[in-house]
Amino acid sequence: MVTITRKIEFSASHRYDNPAFSPEENRRVFGKCNNPHGHGHNYTLEVTVAGEPDPATGMVLDLKELKELLEREVMRRMDHRHLNFEVPELAGKIPTCENIARVLWELLEPKITQGRLHKIRLYESPDLYAECRRNGTGGA
Amino acid sequence: MSAAGGAGLEIVLGRRYHFAASHRLHSAKLSAEENRRVYGKCNNPYGHGHNYVLEVQVSGEVDPATGMIANLADLDAFVGREVLEAFDHRNLNEEVAAFREVVPTTENLCKEAYARIKGHGAARLLRVRIEETGNNSFEYDGK
Repeated sequence: MVTITRKIEFSASHRYDNPAFSPEENRRVFGKCNNPHGHGHNYTLEVTVAGEPDPATGMVLDLKELKELLEREVMRRMDHRHLNFEVPELAGKIPTCENIARVLWELLEPKITQGRLHKIRLYESPDLYAECRRNGTGGA
Repeated sequence: MSAAGGAGLEIVLGRRYHFAASHRLHSAKLSAEENRRVYGKCNNPYGHGHNYVLEVQVSGEVDPATGMIANLADLDAFVGREVLEAFDHRNLNEEVAAFREVVPTTENLCKEAYARIKGHGAARLLRVRIEETGNNSFEYDGK
């Protein structure tokens, strides 16, 4: 098995707030991420696809197609957007790194037909990331 | 709030911390010559230091109420108290009890950091990874 990783960057704003919590509870649980005016990040997404290289092309998948898929599914959906208000897949969810990563996994996994989606890692900053993978497919 | 977790999907949270510390690699089990041969310039009697990066990975269910595997502020406070306060701007040989007898290689530093962070009950600790420099990194998953 060979893995291939493509990296993209997007910028977006968000706010952590659970309407079921009191304002005090929201401030306690989410700290400055609860700022009513929101804030933003430069996100980095690493998408790793696993498979066997096609004997005819030497490629697990056509990187150009992966690039177009990420443009269509991720960049157009999330880049320069407010994640709380403009991304229907995140409606009703706190747009944490964990939840955004899961939404991205669910969007991308069925659309990757050459090879299979092995892992995604979403960095909110260089010091914080969430990673998704199928159970039993190994460590980081 | 939607339910947490797709079937069979594992979500991992990774958090990086930074600390600077000095150490000297020297084993009481080896002769002075052997220490110099094995550890090279890391055996310098005056010690030396690094800017370490500590990466902590935890996994678990995403709490639908918070969207989080582990509350980041709580994890930061725990790692700050248990690891960073003990290691940052310290001489690891002299100031961390675990390294009185054990050589403070980054392999052993990983194991010590893992043991300290394991006590944080809020999520399952998967592994710690420490970069001693940008070119050397070490991982320990408790196995």
